[in-house]
Amino acid sequence: MHPAPSIIAFSTFSGLGLGLLFWLGVASSAPTGWVAFAFFAIGYLLAVGGLVASTFHLGRPERALKAFTQWQTSWLSREAWCAVAALVTMGVYGLFLVFFDTQIRLLGAIGAFFCLMTVYTTSMIYAQLKTVPRWNTVLTSILFLALSVAGGALLSGRVAIGLVLLLIAGLIQLVWWQIGDKRFAKSGTDMKSATGLGTIGEVRAFEPPHTGTNYLLNEMVYTVARRHARKLRLISLFLMLLLPVVLLLLPFSHVGAVLALLSHVAGVLVSRWLFFAEAEHVVGLYYGMR
Amino acid sequence: MGHVQPDLNLSPKVSDEVRKTTCYMCACRCGIDVHIKDGKVAYIEGNRDHPVNKGVLCAKGSAGIMQHNAPSRLRAPLKRVGPRGSGEFEEISWDEALEIATGWLKPLRDEAPEKLAFFTGRDQSQSFTSFWAQNFGTPNYAAHGGFCSVNMAAAGIYTMGGAFWEFGQPDWDHTKLFMLFGVAEDHDSNPIKMGLGKIKERGAKVIGVNPIRTGYNAIADDWVGITPGTDGLFILALVHELLKAGKIDLDYLARYTNAPVLVNGDPKSPEHGLFLKDDNGKPLVMDRVTGKLTPFDQPGTKPDLSASYRHAGITHKPVMHLMAERYLDPEYAPENVAETCGVPAAKIKRIAVEIARVAFDEAIEIDQPWTDFRGEKHDKMIGRPVSFHAMRGISAHSNGFQTCRALHVLQILLGSVETPGGFRFKPPYPKPATAHPKPHCKVTPGQPLDGPHLGFVQGPEDLCLKEDGTPARIDKAFTWDNPMSAHGMMHMVISNAHAGDPYKIDTLFMYMANMSWNSSMNTGGVMNMLTDTDENGEYVIPRIIYSDAYSSEMVAYADLILPDTTYLERHDCISLLDRPICEADAAADAIRWPVVEPDRDVRGFQSVLCDLGAQLDLPGFVTEDGSQKYADYADYMTHHQRRPGIGPLAGWRMGEDGLTGGRGDVNEAQLDSYIANGGFWSSHVPDEGLYYKPWNTAYQDWAVEIGLYDAPAPFLFQLYVEPMRKFQIAAEGHGERQPPEHLRARLKATLDPLPIWYPPLEDGHVDPEEFTVHALTQRPMAMYHSWGSQNAWLRQIHGRNPMYLPTKLWEQHGFKDGDWALVTSAHGKITVPVAHMAALNENTIWTWNAIGKRKGAWALDKTAPEATKGFLLNHLIHELLPPKGDGLRWSNSDPVTGQAAWFDLRVKIEKVPAPDEAHPVHDDITSPVGQGPDELRWKVGT
Amino acid sequence: MTQLPEKTERKLGLVIDLDTCVGCHACVISCKGWNSENYGAPLSDQDPYGGDPSGTFLNRIHSYEVQPEEGPAQLIHFPKSCLHCEDAPCVTVCPTGASYKRTEDGIVLVNETDCIGCGLCAWACPYGAREMDKAEGVMKKCTLCVDRIYNENLPEEDREPACVRTCPSNARHFGDLGDPDSAVSQLVAERGGMDLMPEQGTKPVNKYLPPRPKDQLNEEVDMLAPLLAPVAEEPKGFLGWLDKTLEKI
Ligand SMILES: Nc1nc2c(c(=O)[nH]1)N[C@H]1C(S)=C(S)[C@@H](COP(=O)(O)OP(=O)(O)OC[C@H]3O[C@@H](n4cnc5c(=O)[nH]c(N)nc54)[C@H](O)[C@@H]3O)O[C@H]1N2
Ligand SMILES: Nc1nc2c(c(=O)[nH]1)N[C@H]1C(S)=C(S)[C@@H](COP(=O)(O)OP(=O)(O)OC[C@H]3O[C@@H](n4cnc5c(=O)[nH]c(N)nc54)[C@H](O)[C@@H]3O)O[C@H]1N2
Ligand code: SF4
Ligand code: SF4
Ligand code: SF4
Ligand code: SF4
Ligand code: SF4
Ligand SMILES: [Mo]
Repeated sequence: MHPAPSIIAFSTFSGLGLGLLFWLGVASSAPTGWVAFAFFAIGYLLAVGGLVASTFHLGRPERALKAFTQWQTSWLSREAWCAVAALVTMGVYGLFLVFFDTQIRLLGAIGAFFCLMTVYTTSMIYAQLKTVPRWNTVLTSILFLALSVAGGALLSGRVAIGLVLLLIAGLIQLVWWQIGDKRFAKSGTDMKSATGLGTIGEVRAFEPPHTGTNYLLNEMVYTVARRHARKLRLISLFLMLLLPVVLLLLPFSHVGAVLALLSHVAGVLVSRWLFFAEAEHVVGLYYGMR
Repeated sequence: MGHVQPDLNLSPKVSDEVRKTTCYMCACRCGIDVHIKDGKVAYIEGNRDHPVNKGVLCAKGSAGIMQHNAPSRLRAPLKRVGPRGSGEFEEISWDEALEIATGWLKPLRDEAPEKLAFFTGRDQSQSFTSFWAQNFGTPNYAAHGGFCSVNMAAAGIYTMGGAFWEFGQPDWDHTKLFMLFGVAEDHDSNPIKMGLGKIKERGAKVIGVNPIRTGYNAIADDWVGITPGTDGLFILALVHELLKAGKIDLDYLARYTNAPVLVNGDPKSPEHGLFLKDDNGKPLVMDRVTGKLTPFDQPGTKPDLSASYRHAGITHKPVMHLMAERYLDPEYAPENVAETCGVPAAKIKRIAVEIARVAFDEAIEIDQPWTDFRGEKHDKMIGRPVSFHAMRGISAHSNGFQTCRALHVLQILLGSVETPGGFRFKPPYPKPATAHPKPHCKVTPGQPLDGPHLGFVQGPEDLCLKEDGTPARIDKAFTWDNPMSAHGMMHMVISNAHAGDPYKIDTLFMYMANMSWNSSMNTGGVMNMLTDTDENGEYVIPRIIYSDAYSSEMVAYADLILPDTTYLERHDCISLLDRPICEADAAADAIRWPVVEPDRDVRGFQSVLCDLGAQLDLPGFVTEDGSQKYADYADYMTHHQRRPGIGPLAGWRMGEDGLTGGRGDVNEAQLDSYIANGGFWSSHVPDEGLYYKPWNTAYQDWAVEIGLYDAPAPFLFQLYVEPMRKFQIAAEGHGERQPPEHLRARLKATLDPLPIWYPPLEDGHVDPEEFTVHALTQRPMAMYHSWGSQNAWLRQIHGRNPMYLPTKLWEQHGFKDGDWALVTSAHGKITVPVAHMAALNENTIWTWNAIGKRKGAWALDKTAPEATKGFLLNHLIHELLPPKGDGLRWSNSDPVTGQAAWFDLRVKIEKVPAPDEAHPVHDDITSPVGQGPDELRWKVGT
Repeated sequence: MTQLPEKTERKLGLVIDLDTCVGCHACVISCKGWNSENYGAPLSDQDPYGGDPSGTFLNRIHSYEVQPEEGPAQLIHFPKSCLHCEDAPCVTVCPTGASYKRTEDGIVLVNETDCIGCGLCAWACPYGAREMDKAEGVMKKCTLCVDRIYNENLPEEDREPACVRTCPSNARHFGDLGDPDSAVSQLVAERGGMDLMPEQGTKPVNKYLPPRPKDQLNEEVDMLAPLLAPVAEEPKGFLGWLDKTLEKI
């Protein structure tokens, strides 16, 4: 799949922001006043910024509101609802924390729930797609949630739990890659089933329908060299997991913490880039490209 | 919530009006319904009532709207201001343009009309343009047939009075086995596809003979991936097998062919190999009943296939005897041809079996009585449901004429020509060579030529030679080099004019032919010839006038451009006098008419010729008082008469009691009738005349009635073509007109009156050990030559063309996707992208024809893939064969007809690093029309 | 609304004959022409005369080479447009309700005024049957020519999809695949019509007729050999051969 910067940014930053809001929602004693303001501001900046970024990729962003209508069937629509629910509840919750020094726990819990639900619904947009076998697994949702919660923990300053979550997320990431590499082959969809010509013999794409490019090739048929992808996975893992863990295990310093966080985010961005770039859509079969 | 869905308007208005005319995105000439909205062309679909396409339309036809609106359209007459080839022009008025043209042409006509060479390319108005040229008085006129498929046309006409091409078609409704030789697309594009569809629907069988398995060959049930240039041998092996097994239609042969005609068998006689004839010149046969010599067409005669006749010490054997002697020879046994053809002997035999089985065991009968030309009544029509079609794959070789002949002979032996399930002629064919004119070349300054330029020679006496024996025509058509060049040789005009051989010309006037690009061999050389200057700095070809509708590569090389309209903006006439739209069941002709008016200062070329003809005082174009005779082409179409009662259009003529089809007087409202009827006219062949046309009284009478000919003209199929023998006899030293010494041997070898096979001539000139690979082109179905690339929709389908390599070569050279190769012929080199294809003859490479474009042409951006990755194979092909050390440069064409031998090409191939662009790279030309827009959101209605 | 209807009254669709398609692209262009001028926004083209031309098409012709175990490679032209799936994943993913499947005939359509151009439906379609129009920013797909097949402004015989009407070799058939008696259903039954990517669970309505077996004349058939038995074992000259031949007929 084409790794569109807007979608990579959206899913990474909103995941992080929602992760932070989640922790704020479930905190046993949430910060208040200016500190709360700072935390919430960062959370909203990331979450809302990410959501706004996602509209860049719409052909008709001015009609974005229509996306709320199909919650019964569409994960994108559900995501929209969850995002609004999360942002509104957390907004009210934050309002009370910042201005009234009051933590309405139930509201926080509900907000946190919707934060996770938003991340989950986002993940389901991808995980539901049978057409992209690499994505089409519950692990995708678990991965998204794990990264969101781990990143949020780091962002909210929860070093210990953050460390644990980081390790878990990293592990899931590894497993997801491992399994993902085999999913296309296991999906049962191949050149033969795509063309129905397999009963005659070995099928090979000859001439494409057009000598130039088109929407499908641009959007869905993106290829990265395997070598290249391996390297990026290592880089991603190093940035997302190893470096932050090392930095956090060092005696605490704010600089160290910020660096750990930045490194993690960079790692997640790389992982997200790979998430798209490595994902093969079955339509590529028709073009003999996979 | 459940399911809800919006209300749709299921019956939106489709258009304001439908105007019916004829497509011209290729030469197939389908009927189209042009939907008009707000006075603009909105959508084009096929005309369901039309005899050619019956509603269907190909990709090009449907994309006509993009061609009609292409940014590459020329906008006004152009006068060259930069050097030739630069593309620098200034727009001028029509008055000025015509003044320039008249200024150049008038003195030529008065002093030396042959100094005008008028060649008209992809012309659909040849009966008109040749009429113009004839009136001008130059012998130098032809259209593109010589580089296209004259082998097919001439072989067909000399053999059976018509060819595949557009002169006939398989009996799609009845055939049970269809064999296709060397066709990728052809002129009959839609009818062939429709026919294949019918065959498939019935579950009948298709065999494709083609080195390449794409398109029609891809859906063939069986594929014969033959080695290029060897079809003649393959066909003669089939003939051998069928003869050996006696699976031929002797009754048919005896009745309808010259198989029983007696041939002089005395090697010492100057008439050796000629027919025994009576005093009226009628070939003689032996009558089986009386045992006497009789003219072939004597009523009641039953010609004997086996009887010889001895007279004055000379034995005369029937043609059948000569054929059996030749083709039963083991030389033609499948085992002996298999290796050359690249087809296993078992497969050749298997195909022969299949042909024999279907022709004779699955014969069909139609309950339709008919009467033959000898007066015999038949109560049934017996069909041999095996049919064939072939085109340039067999004709564009230097052995193509004989190969096409071989195929026709095979068809005739089976009795499957003009019988149900076989091959059927489309009126005005059948029409034997003898019923066509002979070529004319007598020039008289200030006067018209002595007759039509092109025709069918019957012997050396008909060649176009001057008193001194030198060629009369600039293209050297109808000379000893290629005596039967029935369509002229457009591909030789520029090189001969440049060489001043046989003489120099002054003005080259061309129409609708991209001669500086895809329609020339040796493209780079042609560009040099067109721009070459003499010692005085003058162009060697002094003046070039050209008419095109678009900014093609050729435009840049002309001094004066006469911009044509698009096909939706002009009158045109698809006439029974030249290449009509007939089907086997019906005679039909058609028109084009301006369904929209041009929005530029352009004019239909034929109308311009009417003006030019009048300004030059050409007899056919001025009235007695000297004024212009035809205001424009529409006026000509309505008022011109070739013979009394016969005009360009056969429909709605004025008869004695009202409107009539065929013969009749001028009808002022004729074009209105055409328009009201969908742009065409047709007249059905009577049921009794549907088959056996050359010998069928009902057909012959009908043909006379509608004016195809003036008296019934039944004839015999010429298995043995006597005129060819006459050229051989001359080469053997008999007769007054003698060929030059260096051509004797070749004439003796190649003008054999019975089909033979010899290796393509290029094989004898280049080293087949070094150049082991055959290189071919194919037409893409969605592109018409060079025209398609200016079409925004079509160029997305074919924007560049890889060179396809068979598995053997692909692996041998270690190619991978994205690689490039250097392809070298004896003549040139190109560096091009390659791709792999398994369903391909293992010694053949190929690419799509005419996708490569010159930078700056067709209003495309200079970065267009057509110009950077696309390429022409033409750079590797020369109009002359490489020197052989005999001091001569033999031309790269068929020695019989002069047909350009495009497909004889041999190359070698090597892997090279990918360059930035395909090679050779040419300078860009300045676009006289600017460039197209960055985006299209095409919709004319709201 | 992106819920799929429980069931549709008819299942209109196409049957595409891979044994007959010559790969001429006629259907591609007639579709482009009709749909540029009709339903919704025109199908736009970017850089149409430039170095990197591309555009929106609703129907495309692929081609494949198939290498059987025995015999030469085959080439198959392969038209592909929306298959109007019964379980159309492109519909259920749509967040706006722009994508829907019609109850009366099962045609899957995009209501362009509701489409936000998110592209999800194209992601969900396994067949590559949807293309986003770059100029308009909305999703485009085969409409099964819904504005032709019921159009009372067209003569009755023209009420069929543009691509079907134009296909010169008659490789495209249109009809109700929900009705077992319809001509298309019969064709599917006779010729073993197949689904593309059945494992994707989309239940396509369009069916493909597989190519018939090819290159059968490669097999030796002794059975037919008598057909080519020589007329005369040792043809004694022309006359001997001719006599025998004449006898035989
Ligand atoms: N390598 C290779 N070369 C080949 C062949 C091959 O098989 N292989 N085939 C050969 C054959 S058979 C042929 S016929 C030739 C064809 O080659 P050409 O005869 O050159 O055919 P086109 O490219 O169609 O070019 C015709 C010209 O007509 C112009 N034109 C189009 N419409 C109109 C119109 O309405 N009015 C006017 N006045 N002009 C118009 C076009 O712009 C173009 O410049 O190519 C030959 N060249
Ligand atoms: N779409 C489209 N239609 C066209 C045209 C076009 O440009 N585009 N051009 C028109 C014109 S001018 C013409 S002349 C006709 C030509 O129509 P075709 O005769 O179909 O012309 P080509 O595409 O040159 O196809 C030649 C075929 O012969 C095969 N071939 C080559 N050498 C041999 C051989 O030795 N033996 C055998 N058996 N096969 C061989 C090639 O593989 C190829 O498939 O098409 C006309 N129709
Ligand atoms: S075959 Fe195509 S391009 Fe040629 S006349 Fe017919 S519709 Fe037009
Ligand atoms: S083919 Fe694709 S677009 Fe069409 S209905 Fe099926 S999933 Fe949807
Ligand atoms: S692109 Fe349009 S039709 Fe497709 S899912 Fe998004 S909103 Fe729905
Ligand atoms: S049915 Fe209509 S919209 Fe669909 S592919 Fe055919 S022409 Fe295009
Ligand atoms: S129009 Fe018919 S034959 Fe041509 S590509 Fe389309 S389906 Fe195939
Ligand atoms: Mo041609």
